[in-house]
Amino acid sequence: MTERRPLSLHVPEPPVRPGGKPDFSRLAIPQAGAVRRPPVDVAAHDIHDLGYSIIRVLNRQGEAVGPWDPKLDPEVLKAGLRAMMKTRAFDARMMMAQRQGKTSFYMQCTGEEAIACAFQMELGKGDMNFPTYRQQGLLIAQDWPLTDLMCQIFSNEKDRLRGRQLPVLYSAREAGFFSVSGNLGTQYVQAVGWAMASAISGDTRIAAGWIGEGSTAESDFHSALVFASVYRPPVVLNVVNNQWAISSPQTVAGGESATFAARAHGYGIPSLRADGNDYLAVRAVAAWAVERARRNLGPTLIEWVTYRAGPHSSSDDPSRYRPKEESDAWPLGDPIERLKKHLIVLGTWSEERHTQMQAEIEEEVLLAQREAERHGTLHDGPRPSTATMFEDVFKEMPRHLREQRQELGI
Amino acid sequence: MPRRTMIEAIRDALDVMMARDPRVVVFGEDVGYFGGVFRCTEGLQRKYGPSRCFDTPISESGIVGAAVGMAAYGLRPVAEIQFADYMYPGYDQIVSEAARLRYRSAGEFTAPLVVRMPCGGGIFGGQTHSQSPEALFTHVCGIKTVIPSNPHDAKGLLIASIEDEDPVIFLEPKRLYNGPFDGHPEKPAVPWSRHPLSETPEGHYTVPLGQAAVRREGAAVTVLAYGTMVHVAEAAAEETGVDAEILDLRTLVPLDIDAIVRSVRKTGRCVILHEATRTSGFGAELSAQVQERCFWHLEAPILRVTGWDTPYPHAQEWDYFPGAARVGRALRAAVEG
Repeated sequence: MTERRPLSLHVPEPPVRPGGKPDFSRLAIPQAGAVRRPPVDVAAHDIHDLGYSIIRVLNRQGEAVGPWDPKLDPEVLKAGLRAMMKTRAFDARMMMAQRQGKTSFYMQCTGEEAIACAFQMELGKGDMNFPTYRQQGLLIAQDWPLTDLMCQIFSNEKDRLRGRQLPVLYSAREAGFFSVSGNLGTQYVQAVGWAMASAISGDTRIAAGWIGEGSTAESDFHSALVFASVYRPPVVLNVVNNQWAISSPQTVAGGESATFAARAHGYGIPSLRADGNDYLAVRAVAAWAVERARRNLGPTLIEWVTYRAGPHSSSDDPSRYRPKEESDAWPLGDPIERLKKHLIVLGTWSEERHTQMQAEIEEEVLLAQREAERHGTLHDGPRPSTATMFEDVFKEMPRHLREQRQELGI
Repeated sequence: MPRRTMIEAIRDALDVMMARDPRVVVFGEDVGYFGGVFRCTEGLQRKYGPSRCFDTPISESGIVGAAVGMAAYGLRPVAEIQFADYMYPGYDQIVSEAARLRYRSAGEFTAPLVVRMPCGGGIFGGQTHSQSPEALFTHVCGIKTVIPSNPHDAKGLLIASIEDEDPVIFLEPKRLYNGPFDGHPEKPAVPWSRHPLSETPEGHYTVPLGQAAVRREGAAVTVLAYGTMVHVAEAAAEETGVDAEILDLRTLVPLDIDAIVRSVRKTGRCVILHEATRTSGFGAELSAQVQERCFWHLEAPILRVTGWDTPYPHAQEWDYFPGAARVGRALRAAVEG
């Protein structure tokens, strides 16, 4: 009989806390171009190794290398750069608007722009994203009007959601952008259901599910993977691993024991892990997964390795749980800077043109904000009518809601 | 007119709608090849193929979550939760998603889905095969809650629910699947074939949501009931000789408040019945509304006969279930009080 010793609980901790020196030594980063590109009809078990590596295209010198280079036209890349810069400028403006009291709340995607902006460009009309609150790039990359997003953030008279939703929980059906819910993970299995419906209907459209690494711990993540595994619907399941779920490091979500891409292995779903700050890698990996879905080869899970450079939200102060310098030390760098460098290396871009484009974008964002504010901000100016509060609970307003509306005198 | 059990009526409603509308898909645990643990989907997979009627993994959040996605796409999913007692893992998807999708997207996305779930006790189902969780749905804005008490209504209400543009929770009292049950377990089981409401027209018809039915006209007291308790109320009225007017509510949200008010203003007394536990049960809402709208017509306190505020026990089934004797005592108390 073996001796019994007291047991102890393992509670993961990040390598460093505020005041410490940032340390990403635990993240193994292969060289750009080093990871093979399998055929899209590969069996899931033949690419298990890719779930533990990181697909990268842009190297330190800003060159595109290896089998995953999507070989995109420089004009396409410039459009990608512009989308990312616009997303960042939009975030900065809206964060400022929140600080000025023009809205109650905001969430930036700083540092994660490449993922949504690049992924969207691989989808087609009619495809449907099931985003979280940090994929505004899906809309901005397809030139969805910034004013429209701002009106939602300001909950003003032009808010298409009539002031019912917290800021950033957008809905834009015609842009293939499903209504964002505050409840985490719920949309992941809905994306699978939507894709099942497309398959049941003999349609050609596909779905994309989105989740953060923290929310993979929700039971709906498991439900989604089981359903995707069983019915093999045309869905791309994106996990955005930005290392942080508010104050909890990705190790608290289970990232210490395995990668999030590896979660798919047990479900027999092909999975890839990719550099989320590499616009070219995102395009190439997204294209691979989208092609699998379109060819009825079934679901793909992609873990995008990135870093949440900003605070979780306008209500969060990251300096209380992580070093202030940590985002600067992030080894995969900044997606905008990396693509900019690549375009300069290609000889089709320059610091001057970049500065000029930045100024143009800031002007565009400012004009959009002025236009949005003409329709009101949260506490000033026109706002959605109170009577609409009772609409859309049901298709037809039932008697008890009519009575309650009358009770309010409207 | 053909006579059907409630199981056959539900199956027929699904069959009618699957034939009529290619968007209708039926799925759940053991629903496909096997035809459901209660036989409600028997033969549908053979008739319509596995992409219209299929088995799912044992995951209620997956079942409801996938249904929300399918409905948002444009299908008309009819999902089954094997027992209402097992809906809790799917509750987040029902409350946070299906119920609010139309509201939060200002109508851009909708969830026209039906979640069927067998409910209720009286079958020695113990704690997890007997529950009546209707109040957990009626408290949620944006979903409709329906509960039939007979084959005729089961078919018509289910067809109406599938055609409805809003998400519907369709509760099926499993004690009534094979025959009416009046709360007397010692009496031999009665088949539906001897009950007039087993007559269900062929083909398509609806029983509109939001409309109660008067099962027995009376002058002495109004009884508000639904599901199995409708039959218990009928037996109790018969046995006590109390001239009760029995309303079968059929739909809890939206509620047919006009029918309730009309009856209570006539009788001046009200007894509310449900199998579910008492505290914060749907009876509390009914009682509050009757009090608000019929106060000057009431001649006695509103009474509730319900399950006790305990988990549903196994051995003590008939001390728990609000049977005809308990209901009868309440009827007498109401008319004498």
